[in-house]
Amino acid sequence: MTRFSLHRLWAIVLKEFIQMKRDRVTFGMMVGIPLMQLMLFGFAINTDPKHLPTAIRAADQGPFARTFIAALKQSGYFHFVRETATEQEAQQLLQLGEVQFVINIPPDFSRKLLRGEQPSVLIEADATDPAATGPAVAAVRALADNVLNRDLTGSLGGLRSRSGAVDFQIHAHYNPENITQYNVVPGLMGVVLTMTMVVITALAITRERERGTMENLLATPVRPFEVMLGKILPYIAVGYIQISLILVAAHFIFNVPMLGSLPLLYAVALLFIAANLAVGITFSTLAQNQLQAVQMAFFFFLPSILLSGFMFPFRGMPEWAQWIGTCLPNTHFIRIVRGILLKGNGLVEITPEIWPLLLFFVVAMTIGGLRYRQTLD
Amino acid sequence: MPVANPSPDLVIDVAGITKRFGTKTVVNAIDLQVRRGEIFGFLGPNGSGKTTFIRMLCGLLTPDEGTGTCLGYDVRSQQVEIKRHVGYMTQKFSYYEDLSIRENLDFVARIYGVPDRAAAVQHSLERLGLEKRSQQLAGQLSGGWKQRLALAACLIHSPQLLLLDEPTAGVDPKARREFWDEIHQLAAAGLTVLITTHYMDEAERCHRLAYLAYGNLLTHGTLDHVLTSAKLTTWSVSGPDLQAMAARLRGTPGVEQVVAFGNTLHVSGRDATALETAIAAVREPRHDWKKIRSGLEDVFISLMDEARDNFA
Repeated sequence: MTRFSLHRLWAIVLKEFIQMKRDRVTFGMMVGIPLMQLMLFGFAINTDPKHLPTAIRAADQGPFARTFIAALKQSGYFHFVRETATEQEAQQLLQLGEVQFVINIPPDFSRKLLRGEQPSVLIEADATDPAATGPAVAAVRALADNVLNRDLTGSLGGLRSRSGAVDFQIHAHYNPENITQYNVVPGLMGVVLTMTMVVITALAITRERERGTMENLLATPVRPFEVMLGKILPYIAVGYIQISLILVAAHFIFNVPMLGSLPLLYAVALLFIAANLAVGITFSTLAQNQLQAVQMAFFFFLPSILLSGFMFPFRGMPEWAQWIGTCLPNTHFIRIVRGILLKGNGLVEITPEIWPLLLFFVVAMTIGGLRYRQTLD
Repeated sequence: MPVANPSPDLVIDVAGITKRFGTKTVVNAIDLQVRRGEIFGFLGPNGSGKTTFIRMLCGLLTPDEGTGTCLGYDVRSQQVEIKRHVGYMTQKFSYYEDLSIRENLDFVARIYGVPDRAAAVQHSLERLGLEKRSQQLAGQLSGGWKQRLALAACLIHSPQLLLLDEPTAGVDPKARREFWDEIHQLAAAGLTVLITTHYMDEAERCHRLAYLAYGNLLTHGTLDHVLTSAKLTTWSVSGPDLQAMAARLRGTPGVEQVVAFGNTLHVSGRDATALETAIAAVREPRHDWKKIRSGLEDVFISLMDEARDNFA
């Protein structure tokens, strides 16, 4: 045994620094990933989402009703985007995910209020993500106690002292018991697929290059398209195994409802898997080695978890973060899965989420294909 | 298969082949003809453009300038056909280390669409003596066995031209000899082989040679032709205190190389008269001086020095 030597230690430390300096991408990632996390966690993530899109179905347009709506707006949680006339239209909006809430004011709102009968206001919520609706619902309950106190003056003052002038009925659609698993488990499908598909394909081609087998492959008559497709197909099969595992667990362990068509889910998943594989291939054409490929995959994975609406309510994020989220395939896939499983959405309802996936796939595949060609010569 | 070859004896026939990477000319206007059934040795220092030239021959790279054919196919436009009929063995082992020998061969056979694949793989295993190891993972093989596997793999589609890039680097002498015996058998059967090497004994086993430095083809021809055309004179000296003698000779005008070989010293130069003058100045009775035939290595080092003066 020789004694611990500082100059030997220093030799290793120096060498590590030199190697770190040489690998610019890794160094960039070491700086870039904390910065990105800081931005995402610090600014984009908000567990108390406000300004949630809300439709209003007001059968009573009287002054009390208007005051009441103004108070809801004042709370900051509701952003009134639509007025609907029929219950059917309201349901449609919830189904498509265009609004988070529908507030129904009954025709006898003012009359009952004046009679001291506590009119009922029905708030229908899209509770697929309980985290998004929870704070708003809590705020509404707090509001109930004092919302109309200012208007109830003079002879109406007697109505104030009641426990609440208005009775709120909350109807949590799609997930009446607000079970978090209903939201998380379907969302997990997109996260797991993103993680494995991107990392595995990013590695698959970089590995060929790093081990020198790529040169051999290129010297054979095999075409670039054949290589890419041949590498993608096995992982599509792996992706389907993952989907099936998650569905089985969702059904038997977490009792997640499955209202929509599973064949539709499987069909749409193909597009999502392909989009992720295309990203992986693009990364693998950019990365110099396997470590870089993994880092790039991580760089893509982080916003796919944080900004997609998987972990935190999508609508709680600032607009720029929502824009980034909208560009990520996982955001759309999570909406599709939740829509099909929890809301029983069909092809028509999920179409608005399908074309962004398709667009993403085409763009990623084009970049990947162009980059792959360049590496030949 | 249709082979549009105007002169069937020339397997490789290229002229003015040039490749640049950025501003650096890696291969500079090379003309080369290789005949069918020939073992053609490609020599040159590291970084002289050998690998780049081979990659252009097998369709991996497109030449920036120059024209020519490989197996009768245009090296610029018919790369796909070339790839089908060429076996290329890369400098670094480039088969799958996590696949067994048989799986590797099977994979390559499938890529090339070899008819009766199972038989072809079996035959290939037997001929190279790999049957007993067929289930072994390629990554666990020693250098010599890896090289055998690589050779088997690039022969499996019965190519007409074999391009071998430093196939024997790091392989022991016995395996090297067996490898060369195999190459000679293949050439006798009509296969053309272009091989790069740094070993002089291997160079001497080629039918013809070419020497590349700084991207330029400096000489080519048979061993005798290369040796005589170099016009290099070499003297051998033996006796005591050779290291002191070497030190005195180095840097003297006319003396280009002073190389120690055990108990003798080889002194060479292109200008025979200047060399003799230099030797006369250090000549002592206790030393035994003899004029000998220059070795291939002496010739190549001399060529490289000359090339450095001209091109670098």
